Amino acid sequence: MDVELLSRIQFAVTIGFHFLFPPISIGLALMLTVVEYLGWKKNDEEYIRLGKFFSKILAITFAVGVASGLVMVLQFGTNWARYSAFVGDVFGAPLAAEAVFAFFLESTFLGLYLFGRNKVSKGVHWFSILMVFVGSMISAFFIIVANSWQQTPAGFGIQNLTTGALLDQNTINQMIQSGKGFDPATHRAVLTDFFAALFNASTLPRYFHTVLAAFITGAFALTGVSAYLVLKNKSLEVAKKGVNLGVIFGFIFSVLQLFPVGHEHARQVAHTQPEKFAATQGLYSSETGAPIMIFAYPVNNPPPELKAKIEIPGMLSWLAFGDFNAKIKGLNEFPPENIPPLWMTFVSYHNMVALGMFFILITLLGVIQLKRKKLFESKKLLKVFIWSVPLPVIACQFGWAAAEVGRQPWIVYGLLRTKDAFTTTVSATEVWISFILFTIIYIIMTVAYLWLIFKEVKHGPETPELINEVKEVTA
Amino acid sequence: MDTLSVIWFLLITVLLAVYVVLDGFDFGVGILSLFRKEENDKRIYMNSIGPVWDGNEVWLLAGGGSIFAAFPLVYATAFSGFYLAIYLLLLALFLRAVSFEFRSKSDNPTYRKIWDISFGIGSLLPALLLGVAFGNILRGLPINENKVFTGSFFELLNPYAILIGLLSLSAFTMHGAIYLTHKTDGELKDVNEKIATKLWMVVTLLYLVATIATLFVSPFLFVGLTKNIIFWVLFIALLASVAMIPVSLKAKNNKNAFIFSSVMLASMFGISAVSLFPRLIPSVTNLDYSLTIMNTASSTGTLTAMLIIALLGMPFVAVYTIWIYRIFRGKTVLTKESY
Repeated sequence: MDVELLSRIQFAVTIGFHFLFPPISIGLALMLTVVEYLGWKKNDEEYIRLGKFFSKILAITFAVGVASGLVMVLQFGTNWARYSAFVGDVFGAPLAAEAVFAFFLESTFLGLYLFGRNKVSKGVHWFSILMVFVGSMISAFFIIVANSWQQTPAGFGIQNLTTGALLDQNTINQMIQSGKGFDPATHRAVLTDFFAALFNASTLPRYFHTVLAAFITGAFALTGVSAYLVLKNKSLEVAKKGVNLGVIFGFIFSVLQLFPVGHEHARQVAHTQPEKFAATQGLYSSETGAPIMIFAYPVNNPPPELKAKIEIPGMLSWLAFGDFNAKIKGLNEFPPENIPPLWMTFVSYHNMVALGMFFILITLLGVIQLKRKKLFESKKLLKVFIWSVPLPVIACQFGWAAAEVGRQPWIVYGLLRTKDAFTTTVSATEVWISFILFTIIYIIMTVAYLWLIFKEVKHGPETPELINEVKEVTA
Repeated sequence: MDTLSVIWFLLITVLLAVYVVLDGFDFGVGILSLFRKEENDKRIYMNSIGPVWDGNEVWLLAGGGSIFAAFPLVYATAFSGFYLAIYLLLLALFLRAVSFEFRSKSDNPTYRKIWDISFGIGSLLPALLLGVAFGNILRGLPINENKVFTGSFFELLNPYAILIGLLSLSAFTMHGAIYLTHKTDGELKDVNEKIATKLWMVVTLLYLVATIATLFVSPFLFVGLTKNIIFWVLFIALLASVAMIPVSLKAKNNKNAFIFSSVMLASMFGISAVSLFPRLIPSVTNLDYSLTIMNTASSTGTLTAMLIIALLGMPFVAVYTIWIYRIFRGKTVLTKESY
């Protein structure tokens, strides 16, 4: 394998591993902000125990997330040097903002949250988890800004590195039209309008979509883990409160994710990245009154086609452009060298949507049973909640894959091709070494992480006597 | 020379100096924990930095991120040039990061041993590697006229760089020992006072040797240095702090000893930065090919936006970091919440 392919695989594995954890951390931080608030304001020992219990899960998740995140940051320099040189000027400000406003906040206050329970007042302690949540939300915002800029670049100019002059807009447009992309050895992107770059066309739709996905992940973790405790009859009253909160929040978040958030994000992609949109929808040839695929199996042998289709006619045209008869461009209208890999984009996208529908269904059932006060009698439903804990994480992976694979062959849409972005000064052997080393580490870490989480969950929340004992020791 | 790039050179120097001081003692504590046998001692060591190490590591992210943002070409060249070294560093930081959470979750002695070693090696390797990397920067890297690194991993392991690596290793360990004299009591405190005093001699000696070696390896670093007022300020700070560390340790004034060892590390790093200025990475191929703040900086717009962000955010960071250090001040005591 050559350096390019190896670097791409290594990137996919690194981001795939890293992105298992931030959705859990962000979601749990939100859930804990709510739980700790209730514990503090109602002076309710059960919420406090619930908070203490989930804070341990947050701590382990956060640690692995930070460790793997550092690999993500440095990887841009090690394996994607030409990309770093090309985008450095544009990413500078958002990355600085992420470090200054988010990283310090979440890391510093997490220390206070985990170790300060008996050192500061209850209000300050609640403030510390709130700051962890706020920090993680700011962090998500700026990293989404950087990613969105790669999808829908805005607020930039292109600088010729030999003359130092900025190209005029016509030359840039012509270059984008030609579909060749710039050569990072001779050109780079420079920031011309900070706020235009910050709020580029896909920033807000993608941000809301991503953080809601994280909230769903947190709500499902709270529900599923608490449901396990209920079924095992451990700290029953504590666990029931966890299920109640998780089900309600999970339902609200899942519905919002479909409409308006997911819908708006898909509409934005239809308008700004038509190739990607066509690939996610399996639209191989242009159609007026395009149908939406409920189910299909894509076959790649040329010409590509969908098998075993279940579709709703005209629905896609209506959803994307508000008109049942609107024409949607199919992949055949684009030059073959500019279209993303079909199979992976289509399948990832549809699996994500299917999981999203399942989340609405299952939390709706939960809410109905809760209203009928029969939630804790429906053992089967509780079991489904337990098995559903990893599903939002999987949905996040599918969604991310659809977004990133759908952007190919570009690393920066229209401006820089992935094949022009990887580091050329590193040998394939070196990338093999780092790739194998870190793949082994990731496998070990995944096993260790799961083992620790299972151990914590089986152990369950501290009994009230133990909590009081700690208070006496530290008093 | 553009004022904004000078400001960013200065800010990145400050960010990295703070990183060296803060994560420096974390590394030192981790390294010293390798030499403790008792379970209780190991836990005290780990918990002495438990609430703060994560925040400390962020300064590296901030420093590295600022280099990416302010001088993207340096980031691209240095990080791809240091390829295997960077991955080794990442591996070490990875193991250290998870060892805190993982170690305490089981009583099995073998299991704990694995994470003890992860914690120790995860601290020792970065302490050494960061010095080796910085030594290579002081010595200069093989960079051609197209700003491309042309060397290999094994060239990075040259004697000069290893000397700087040993210097950073012993300096971080001394710093960690002094931190521990402040955070522990009784026998642990006495042991670390002895270690700190011995290492103080090692560090001072190595620094002298390194300075002499630098005169031969990178004479260009000394050009015009004595005319620079900042150099003299840092140099006096360095001399004063070096002199005061053993005095404070002897007087059992551990807090002052820690402040002086922080000043010592920061001024050692600062002097190197002043001597590099305005270069960021000298080229050994031809000094004219060096990466400087002039030929690698981001656009004025980006540097301005970043400066505004830093001025808005960093005062808050400073305030709440100091506040949280104050909450966790005093001797480390093990409780139910400890690792």
